[in-house]
Amino acid sequence: MDIEEHFFRHEFGRIVATLTRLFGVRNIELAEDVTQDAFCRAMETWKLRGLPKNPSAWLMVTARNRALDILRREHRAAASEPELTRFLESEWTLVPTVEEAFSAPAVNDSQLRMMFSCCHPGLAEEAQIALILRILCGFSVKEIAQAFVSSYAAVEKRITRAKKVLAESRKLFDLADADFPARLSAVLQALYLLFNEGYHGSSPEAAVRVELCEEAMRLMNLLIKRPALVTPQSYALAALMYLNAARLPTRLDGSGNLVSFVEQDRSVWNQHLIAEGQALLDLSASGTELTAYHIEAAIAAMHTSAARSEDTDWKQIVSLYDMLMAIQPSPVIALNRAIAIAQRDGPERGLQEIRAIHDLHRLSTYPFYPATLGELELRRGNYPLAKAHFATALSLARNATERKFLRRRMDTCKES
Amino acid sequence: MNEFVYLYRGYEQPASPEEMQQKTAKWMTWLKDLSDKGHVKSLGDPLQPNGKVVKGAKKQVFDGPYLEAKDVVGGYSIIAARDMEQAVKFSLGCPIFEDGGSVEVRPIGPPELSDGY
Repeated sequence: MDIEEHFFRHEFGRIVATLTRLFGVRNIELAEDVTQDAFCRAMETWKLRGLPKNPSAWLMVTARNRALDILRREHRAAASEPELTRFLESEWTLVPTVEEAFSAPAVNDSQLRMMFSCCHPGLAEEAQIALILRILCGFSVKEIAQAFVSSYAAVEKRITRAKKVLAESRKLFDLADADFPARLSAVLQALYLLFNEGYHGSSPEAAVRVELCEEAMRLMNLLIKRPALVTPQSYALAALMYLNAARLPTRLDGSGNLVSFVEQDRSVWNQHLIAEGQALLDLSASGTELTAYHIEAAIAAMHTSAARSEDTDWKQIVSLYDMLMAIQPSPVIALNRAIAIAQRDGPERGLQEIRAIHDLHRLSTYPFYPATLGELELRRGNYPLAKAHFATALSLARNATERKFLRRRMDTCKES
Repeated sequence: MNEFVYLYRGYEQPASPEEMQQKTAKWMTWLKDLSDKGHVKSLGDPLQPNGKVVKGAKKQVFDGPYLEAKDVVGGYSIIAARDMEQAVKFSLGCPIFEDGGSVEVRPIGPPELSDGY
């Protein structure tokens, strides 16, 4: 029997969240140590004897027994939850209370609470994301550093500090139902950034990037199963993730090269994810609030609903970008809008729009800014200029995949 | 067929759940392959690192084994092989070597008469 992909990592997140509930957020490191210990035992046993019938239950029982030991001997219960603490301190109620904490609905609830705790308002977004990856997704510091092209020391420092902030805020894990909506937009933003890091991110490792997208979607699914958290905004973000994830396999070709959008093979887009994403998008169309997630999801749906690239409704996409610029203006969005205009009205108009972007200087280190200029000049037949733009983009490229892509574009200028 | 014990000694535990999973899968694959070929007498068991050592005429009990990490036996398996040469050959696929550990291959049973008797 094979172990399900990322099984250890996902179970790690589930167990740490459950133990943190029992030990209290100030003992989060103890929760991690106990979890790590359960995994070491699992590994030592399973590698020789093979998988047990129910590996998940095996791990849970191991962690639960260890938790009972600690609660009995060290009295390190969740001081933040007075009622729970009382149950954990009496031998009469200890075992059923701990067993209850390890039941499937309670484990899901603990994971959600952990997610909301990680998005503490006192933490910068990048610290929130690092914490989510470490605690809820079971990534090691090394793996997070790799995913974000950051140094081990920097990530470690960020996580240590973030855990300290968590530990000091005693009430955190004990969020009342009413506290959830107030922090929902911070949680959605963190999941959005996590997904985007996977989708557009700078890590050269394609495998890591797909994993980041998958993790964001896994946590998103946990969130939209909870009635109190299901808002049109949550549905819109979930839709955006599904629709973009459907196109993930075609962003890189078989040899790991970036594939420009028009060349993508639409037949390999994941139709199941597209259908799910469309259904979520329909669910998001209620209420009065139109968020950036709604519009980005609508743009993604325009692409996935066009059978061929030449069938794309660029007119509609331009007007969606207009709306996006109105509620969340940024130079990257302005650049994407200019690309859509070029598709609709030709490269000259696209270039005009780019020149009109008022904070263009903020794109000076973004390789896809000169790369876009290169594409548009190429379409105008201006080969030497196009090649020069691609060369600039190449000098800004963040990883080998981008460099390979841009070198190929330069070769296209030569051939033409 | 003769029986041999593999003593798995001293190796580093991987730090991340993902690495642990990959390592566990590698061990399972290696042992399953040997087992499918009929060479595994017993998959064996892990040994916990803590224990006691009893020694001397006074039968003193020490906490231990307290060896250096590289010398601690972390588990064992029992293998069926034609001879020592084959038993050693089978051990070469063990994932322990990637983590700085070793496999001690020891024949089980009395010394063979041909070995100098």
